Amino acid sequence: MALKASALKVGDTHSERVVENLSRTQIVQYAGASGDYNPLHSDEVYTTQVAGYPSVFAHGMLTMGLTGKMLTNYVGDGTLTKFGVRFTNQVWPGDTLDSKATVVALREEGGQHYVDLTLSTTNQDGKEVVAGSATARIDP
Amino acid sequence: MAKITFPVEASHIMMFARAISDDNPVYHDGAAAKATEAGGIIAPPSFPQAVAQFDPEYHLRPKNGQKWFGSAKGPSGIEGKPTSSGGLHAEQHYEYHRHIRPGDVLTAETMPGKVWEKESKRAGKLTFRERVTEYRDQNGELVITARGVGVTTERPVDQG
Repeated sequence: MALKASALKVGDTHSERVVENLSRTQIVQYAGASGDYNPLHSDEVYTTQVAGYPSVFAHGMLTMGLTGKMLTNYVGDGTLTKFGVRFTNQVWPGDTLDSKATVVALREEGGQHYVDLTLSTTNQDGKEVVAGSATARIDP
Repeated sequence: MAKITFPVEASHIMMFARAISDDNPVYHDGAAAKATEAGGIIAPPSFPQAVAQFDPEYHLRPKNGQKWFGSAKGPSGIEGKPTSSGGLHAEQHYEYHRHIRPGDVLTAETMPGKVWEKESKRAGKLTFRERVTEYRDQNGELVITARGVGVTTERPVDQG
C-alpha cells in the first residue's frame, strides 16, 4: 500500500531491525547474487593476512539492500523514485542493524504527491553504517 | 566504456532478494505480486548493481585460467600483490524512472565522473572516483540512472 500524504507529517519515522547477528554465509550469499566476489567479503585468510582488516566485512551494497528492505516495507512496492546512500562505517559479521526512515518533506509536483525521507542504518553500538535519502510517490 | 547487456530474470531477482533477507512476495511470487501496486514482480531497488554478473571484464569475479588475488595455497593467489586495501564503495545513488521487471533486457553504459581527494585520519589519503551508469530497456527508454562513488584508501581503514 502506498503511503497517503494526508496521513503523514514531517518528522514521522519508520524503523525496522533489518538483520540480526549477520552471518558470513549471508555475505557469501550476497556475493553470489550480486556477482561481487571481492575476497574482502568472503575470504578471511586474504582479508586478515594480506589486506590487513580484522575480519571479512559486508559489501556496502548488502547494507544498502537491507536498508532498502525497510524502505520499501514503508513506502510500498514500486513507488521509489530516488534512493541514495553513503557508506559511513563498515559492517562486520555478527552485527545487528536497525534502519530508520524519517519524513523530511511532503510535496506535490504536477499533481503527484511525494515524500522525501532521510535514512539511517545503525549497528548494535549505535554507530551509523549507512546515511541516505529517498523519495517515493505517495497517494494524496 | 563498453555497453553491458543485462537480461533480467525472475530467478536472479529471487536470489538477490534472499541475499538481502527480503521476503516480500513482490520479488518472488508472481500471483501475489500481481495484486500489489507494482502489478507484477519487480526487482529490489539495489538490484541494478547485479549488472556485474554480465560484465565480461568484471575484475571482482575469478575467471577461468587467470590468477585470482584471493587466498588459495597461500594468503593470495598473486604474489607481491600490494597490501593496500584497494577500493571500497563510498556512495551509491539511484534514480528510478520505472522499476525493473523480469523479461527486461537492459543495456548499461557507464561514464566516468568527477575525481577528488581527501585526507583522512582513519585511512590516509582518500581518492574518490564517481561513475554514472545509465540503464536503458529493450525500447531504448531510460529505466534507472545510477551514480556510484568508489574510494581507494592509502591504508586499511582504522577501526579505532
